[in-house]
Amino acid sequence: MAKEDIRMFPNIVTPSNPVIFDEDVCTGCNNCVELCVMDVLMPNPEKGKPPIVLYPDECYYDGLCVKNCPLWQKGAIKLNHPLNQRVRWKRKATGEHFRIGMPDPPPPNNRPPVGGWDAKA
Amino acid sequence: MHYEKLIYEHAPKWPYRVLYGQETEVSCDVLVLGGGIAGCWAAIGAARKGARVVMVEKGAVKTSGAGGSGVDHWHCTVMHPASKITPEEYTQANMDNFYGWRNGIMQYIACKESYDCLLELEKMGVKIRDSEDEFKGAEFRDEATKMMFAYDYTAKYCIRVWGTNAKTALYKECQRLGVIIINHVMITSLLNEGGVQGGRIVGAAGMDVHTGKFHVFKSKSTVLCLAQARRTWVFSTELTGFRVEAGPPNESGDGHAIAWLAGAELTGAEQSSQANGAAFGYPQYGVGNAGNTWYACTIVDAAGKEIPWIDRDGRVLKTVSERYRPAPGQKYFLGMGGRKPHYDYASPKLAVPGADDFHRYDAGVFQKAGITLPFYADLPSMPEMERKALWGLMIGQEARTLIPIYQTYNQAGFNPDEDMLQGYECGWGGIGPPQWRQARGGGLLTDWDLKTNLEGLYAAGTQLFSPGDHAYAATTGRYAGRRAAAYALGAGDVEINSKQVAAEKNRIYAPVKRKHGIDWKELNAGVCKVMQDYCGDIKNEELLKLGLKWFEEIEAGEAASACARNPHELMRLLETFNVITFGKMTMEACRARKASSSYLGFKRLDYPEVDPPEWNQWLTIKLDKGNVKTGRLPLDFYGDMVKNYNAHCGLR
Repeated sequence: MAKEDIRMFPNIVTPSNPVIFDEDVCTGCNNCVELCVMDVLMPNPEKGKPPIVLYPDECYYDGLCVKNCPLWQKGAIKLNHPLNQRVRWKRKATGEHFRIGMPDPPPPNNRPPVGGWDAKA
Repeated sequence: MHYEKLIYEHAPKWPYRVLYGQETEVSCDVLVLGGGIAGCWAAIGAARKGARVVMVEKGAVKTSGAGGSGVDHWHCTVMHPASKITPEEYTQANMDNFYGWRNGIMQYIACKESYDCLLELEKMGVKIRDSEDEFKGAEFRDEATKMMFAYDYTAKYCIRVWGTNAKTALYKECQRLGVIIINHVMITSLLNEGGVQGGRIVGAAGMDVHTGKFHVFKSKSTVLCLAQARRTWVFSTELTGFRVEAGPPNESGDGHAIAWLAGAELTGAEQSSQANGAAFGYPQYGVGNAGNTWYACTIVDAAGKEIPWIDRDGRVLKTVSERYRPAPGQKYFLGMGGRKPHYDYASPKLAVPGADDFHRYDAGVFQKAGITLPFYADLPSMPEMERKALWGLMIGQEARTLIPIYQTYNQAGFNPDEDMLQGYECGWGGIGPPQWRQARGGGLLTDWDLKTNLEGLYAAGTQLFSPGDHAYAATTGRYAGRRAAAYALGAGDVEINSKQVAAEKNRIYAPVKRKHGIDWKELNAGVCKVMQDYCGDIKNEELLKLGLKWFEEIEAGEAASACARNPHELMRLLETFNVITFGKMTMEACRARKASSSYLGFKRLDYPEVDPPEWNQWLTIKLDKGNVKTGRLPLDFYGDMVKNYNAHCGLR
């Protein structure tokens, strides 16, 4: 076995991963940083890079970072419910069981909400 | 070697310029504290009257507060032309439903002005009607206005709305009206004239939570629109993320704490109830259930057996449609009731055999009834219009649902036409022990101007006692803003007491000068433990006195040596100090009520008599020269609602 770079770490806070950025899509505009009510996110010292998720344990999962991201539909930022928050459902006709975050998920349901993603009068 | 040192040596620099102690001062006619729903409407109400308005918010106004992520049903719209109830009737029904233990001033203002606020919100760009006719022919749709009702389809007092952008619209309207919006500043204290507790409110002090800069606000009148206190009995960032209650957990009772210390009079502060859900359950609105936004979804057990719906007399309802209609002989029902709904207004309900108020199950009863777990919300069996309104509209637009539930679940493959979402205890899941509680509606006492006992200080939204939800925040905010502006425009100049400001600066920056000390999380968790153990489900004088002793020791000890390493930690620590203040105030209020009360969920071991008539009164509480002063008020202290509203509303 090759020599591995094993280090001492304090425990990771739980949950540790409330939002996931796609570095290839996110432009580092920091809109989510400005609008997060809990100040979970900090601007990245490197301009143009995704924010730093500095306080993941303070997230309360309102999803407003995602909703206010100009590129969320391209996958720049995703909300990630922790494992103990992943709800299950059953398909009525077949009796199949599914859940949020399952390894082999059914195809997505792409129907937008009534009135669209950004309903206006 | 302490790991902390290694982290310190390698941690990135704080991303914002740190300006601890640097001071800036802003003057205005009306200062609005808190930029949530009540705050925005207060700023709008005041700015329309021509006042110079400054609104200060700890987060960012565009998204902050419990209503920051949306609203899907708008309550108290009894002024809609199709509504079958008058504002007076609906107010009385709500008062009766809480057996009189409700804020009549707030309730009547909401009934009179809710529909008007909704129409204004539409002008600001929020969609409130089915203009595309997607729900044409649905029994909950009013064909004349294309508005859609929830709960009681006969009485029509609650409107379904596409409110996910409500906050964005309010933010833009505030900007349009010239409101000066100051984001990312936490208000840390109210400033009294002469620096004397109980004196006129002449402004507030605050701190920028990114930079640590000190802010002084000078105002002729001030509207307190901060939030309900959370993090008081239950604290955990670990169990489900930082979701201790329904609203954002930066709602640390700042408003209650600063008002209390300034000498404001509060009432109802002894109330608390068992917390259910957020801190130990599942994402709100994100499990199969039959209440609130999910009213009145069909629930089935694991074998597909339907759980019956019954009316107030226990009659089993045969159709889904009947769940949205009053019982025979009933004029209307209330969709969201009090602790034990009044028979006159009791709504149809899901009759889970043997389940109590907290949806606990009884194995014996279930065995007899042949029920198999888990339960599911049977969306596919619901009529198409109901399903589309529930999952497509309301779950799309309710607070904390568009992304966390609608988008996330759909992306994971959930399809409401085919899938049944699992239920957990038929609520949002997760039942805590009885000592895991939440504050239940204590708040500021006001007159019919929504003015507190302190000159120049007004209150709205969840700052009021027995608050309601979004529509209540909007209506009381707009009303308080109007009244505060009228006062400010006739008031003379004010002066800030420099000694009070200097003392506040000393207080708030002390934790950043320390290198070691307890951190905010351990402190908050400890404070909650004291509340659980000494102000829990069952109370007596000895417990409450011990709790207060605990808090005095913590304030002189752990809290006085707490440490914050950057402005963010300092904000959380100052919030936690407010949690302590809120806890002390709650314990003092609990000591003062020397009787048990079924309405308030209040159990005194040393005063076991339940609801003795002489205690069926509001208990008021305030600080005067540092001493706790209590008083009493009749439940209907608000007097003749119609007469008082007309005399004070400022619309005539």
